Amino acid sequence: MSTLTDMRRDMNARMFKQQRNMWIAVALVLGCLPLFYGGSDFALTVSIQIGMMIIFSLAYNMLLGQGGMLSFGMAVYFGMGGFLSMHFMNMIEADTVWLPMALLPVVGAFIGLVLGLIIGSFSTRKAGTIFAMISLGIGELVAASSLIFVKFFGGEEGVTGDRTMGPEMFGVDFASELEVYYLVAAWVFIATLLMFLFSRTPVGRMANAVRDNPERAEFVGYSQRFVRLISFAGAGLFSGLAGSLFAITYEIVTEETLNAVTSGAPLIMVMIGGAGYFIGPIIGAIFYTLLSTVLSNYTEIWLMYVGIIFVLTIMYLPAGLTGLLLMHNPIIKAKKLKRILPVYGKIALPVIGIFLGIVGLLEVGHYAHNASAGDMTMSLFFVSVDTSSYLPWIFFTGILVGGFMLAKKQAPSVAETYEEVHKEALGGGDK
Amino acid sequence: MIETTIFSLLNGLVYGLLLFMLSSGLTLIFSMMGVLNFAHASFYMLGAYFAYEMSIHIGFWPALILAPIAVGFAGAALERYGLRNVHKYGHVAELVFTFGIAFLIEEVVQFIWGKDQQPYNAPPLLDFPLFTLFNVDFPAYKAFMLFVSIAIFIALLVVLTKTRVGLIIQAAITHPHMVGMLGHNVPLVFMATFGVGTALAGIAGVIAAPVLGTYPGMAFDLGSIIFVVVVFGGLGSLAGAFVASLMIGIVQTFAVSFNIGMPDLLALLGLEFGADHFLVDLWTISLPQIGPLIPYLMLIIMLIFRPLGLFGSREV
Amino acid sequence: MTSAIHLVDLQKSFGQTAIIRGINLEIKKGERHAIIGPNGAGKSTLFHLISGKYEPTAGSVKLHGNEITGLPPYEIYRKGLSRSFQVTNIFHRMTVYENVRCGIMWNMGYKYSFWNRVDTTEEINLKTEAVLEEIGMVERAMTPAGLLTYAEQRALEIGITIAGGADVIMLDEPTAGMSHSETEQAVALIRKISENKTLVMVEHDMGVVFGLADRISVLVYGEIIATDTPDRIKENEAVQEAYLGTEHDDDA
Repeated sequence: MSTLTDMRRDMNARMFKQQRNMWIAVALVLGCLPLFYGGSDFALTVSIQIGMMIIFSLAYNMLLGQGGMLSFGMAVYFGMGGFLSMHFMNMIEADTVWLPMALLPVVGAFIGLVLGLIIGSFSTRKAGTIFAMISLGIGELVAASSLIFVKFFGGEEGVTGDRTMGPEMFGVDFASELEVYYLVAAWVFIATLLMFLFSRTPVGRMANAVRDNPERAEFVGYSQRFVRLISFAGAGLFSGLAGSLFAITYEIVTEETLNAVTSGAPLIMVMIGGAGYFIGPIIGAIFYTLLSTVLSNYTEIWLMYVGIIFVLTIMYLPAGLTGLLLMHNPIIKAKKLKRILPVYGKIALPVIGIFLGIVGLLEVGHYAHNASAGDMTMSLFFVSVDTSSYLPWIFFTGILVGGFMLAKKQAPSVAETYEEVHKEALGGGDK
Repeated sequence: MIETTIFSLLNGLVYGLLLFMLSSGLTLIFSMMGVLNFAHASFYMLGAYFAYEMSIHIGFWPALILAPIAVGFAGAALERYGLRNVHKYGHVAELVFTFGIAFLIEEVVQFIWGKDQQPYNAPPLLDFPLFTLFNVDFPAYKAFMLFVSIAIFIALLVVLTKTRVGLIIQAAITHPHMVGMLGHNVPLVFMATFGVGTALAGIAGVIAAPVLGTYPGMAFDLGSIIFVVVVFGGLGSLAGAFVASLMIGIVQTFAVSFNIGMPDLLALLGLEFGADHFLVDLWTISLPQIGPLIPYLMLIIMLIFRPLGLFGSREV
Repeated sequence: MTSAIHLVDLQKSFGQTAIIRGINLEIKKGERHAIIGPNGAGKSTLFHLISGKYEPTAGSVKLHGNEITGLPPYEIYRKGLSRSFQVTNIFHRMTVYENVRCGIMWNMGYKYSFWNRVDTTEEINLKTEAVLEEIGMVERAMTPAGLLTYAEQRALEIGITIAGGADVIMLDEPTAGMSHSETEQAVALIRKISENKTLVMVEHDMGVVFGLADRISVLVYGEIIATDTPDRIKENEAVQEAYLGTEHDDDA
């Protein structure tokens, strides 16, 4: 056997060990997380939400990152999975069907799969702009239908159910938040593992090939349309599963699960996390959910911040947060992180200044605009600010502009240091 | 019946030409730059809000001129300082970027003007019924909209067919790879294209808002229809955008005005269903109800039978 | 014995312009067949017609006696015909290893499988490694294809084409743009990979053509004016007149 074969076997063996350890670690973390929450229901709720969003955004990335398909209509599969699961839940309660509640996500997954096969059959002919527009059209079609077919979608009130009904498995009836957490965690583990494995199968690899060069893929035996259809159906399946978990968690599904905001969420998570990496959507989902749940407690204009972060990510971090972290992988391995951190420290100050400036201006502006007449004192960054004077405006504009100028001045030297250390790290790795 | 038909036709024409004003700018940008500007309808919204704010201070008529210009500059600035940086990451990244911008513009509009509808109305000069037919008024403002749309349409036609710039644009539309070989300053051409395209959307916003309303959701409400129009007509085809705009405009207005429903149809067939049937909504559905769905249904049917759209020739 | 490729009155027009104007050609099993002709004669178009990239306006294409006219490229590939491209057409963001692997999976029967893991399937990997060995790219296996040199990309292009073990191989200008020594290596590679297979190639380098081909077809303005052994093609007057004449015009 050639040296390449030996090398590959060696590499694979090491990789499998790593992967196996990683999955064990994931299971441990998922299992132990609630122990650190000290019984906080808020932390549990946020964790459950993150879990759902991880499945949803990973499913989305089967399209965008792995298949090169940009969808603006993923809510269809999420929402329909949710609605049908809800109707199923009610049937379980009415004893028309027998199904343990813990297996309800299978129903949502099946719905997503079927819908994905139907819609994918005519929308996956091409990727690119046309695909994006079709997905938007179908998303709108379903969202608009939800307000017409009141009996099925429950109109504005939505459809409600009771997750504690039906046959019990292991004596769990999902009456407590903790039980729901473990249900979601189990499904997150299963779905993530399955999606990870999918990306390593022949059709998963060909999804990448079709993304990079659809023409060539056709000349090695693969129909680009069929390869896309499989990814599309898979994405539908896991989105439906996430929708089902939504139904179980909140015991209510409304037309909001079908609208454009729901469709946009996985796109935002995937782009912020990094579409090019399997772990990207996971990081994106955690970041986005934490941002939205925590920020929305402090400010009304949190969506504006999400928008700003999203746009800045696309402009300056096309590989997302994951890309930014992985850029430093060789440097960390070569133990040269110490050399680069001081430079980052230097630019951190002006960057914080920019953020403070933006946040300050927006918050003061928002307050001045919306507060009741005569109310001019707001609390910002634990300091009370008089919004009627010019002082806060001048102050925040000052640190914004100052920060921007400083950052611009230092950016080249930071990039230079990074390149230098990165090169050294790679060179060192070769020896 | 006749009056409904005449008025639906007129309203459909007004709406269809409005759609064309938006879809033509979108097509122009797409053809020249290969970017589908997801934020296109957001510039339509900006046009409306700018005009509203200006009309408070300087009146309706100056705002009619100045607001689209301001929108055009905003569009050009977005191209120069935003889109241009993203260009190197490919068309999908550009589309995602404009999606982000659409998201952000909606937030900014809410930040400045709030979530409620703004009282931006037709000027008193045009606030009278132009004519009354079968006891139904046709507002003068709609005639004005029609007039402006047709004027813009003719202006576009003249520029595209009679001027040097127009010929270059036409060439660029049919041979997209040529844009790079024009020998002109390509970044400048892109910026200008984006500016003009968004300014067209701005005009649409200025004249449409008094009828369709000035609110933060207006961009998304119209935007998704615009994308249907350009895909239905064939991406990159101006003629396709024109025909599709009128078709969708007229079909939608007709759907709203003719109250025919499933019950009538079922009655005709001598069928009747109970009110508590699981599919009750399907049996009681009426045309005005599914009006908003029709463009999307048309899109799907088109894509199944003719994936390139009406006049599309380019594989995208 | 049926021929490997059989073209009957094959035609292709773009709008009013006829590019391929009625081609009849039989390529025997196991033959190395070269198609030569001046620029713009329609050689690449002919390749596209046979391999399914374009649909013919009229006429028929048979592969091993089976009608394949108008089939999509992937169907034709599955019937045993694989081709390379004149402009390098690889998966730029994937490694060399993965590129070759993409060319292997279908014919090994893995098709649209989502129940096999590629990296643990020894069969796929051993075959990939064998192909890499054959095209001499073992050293570069883990390099992203986009970072290869031009000559390496051309070799990879051939590697992807032959990886699936198709018995009819079509190479579109495999040595275009290569230096002299690179061309020599490429010829050796082509000779090796085309053993016991049917090879059809378009080539400009006459040295390569006359060194490799069993038979040569001369394509001029969408028509084949001669098909014969290299020696007899050299002496063919019509060829000298039409082909070499225009060739000189081109150079001028």
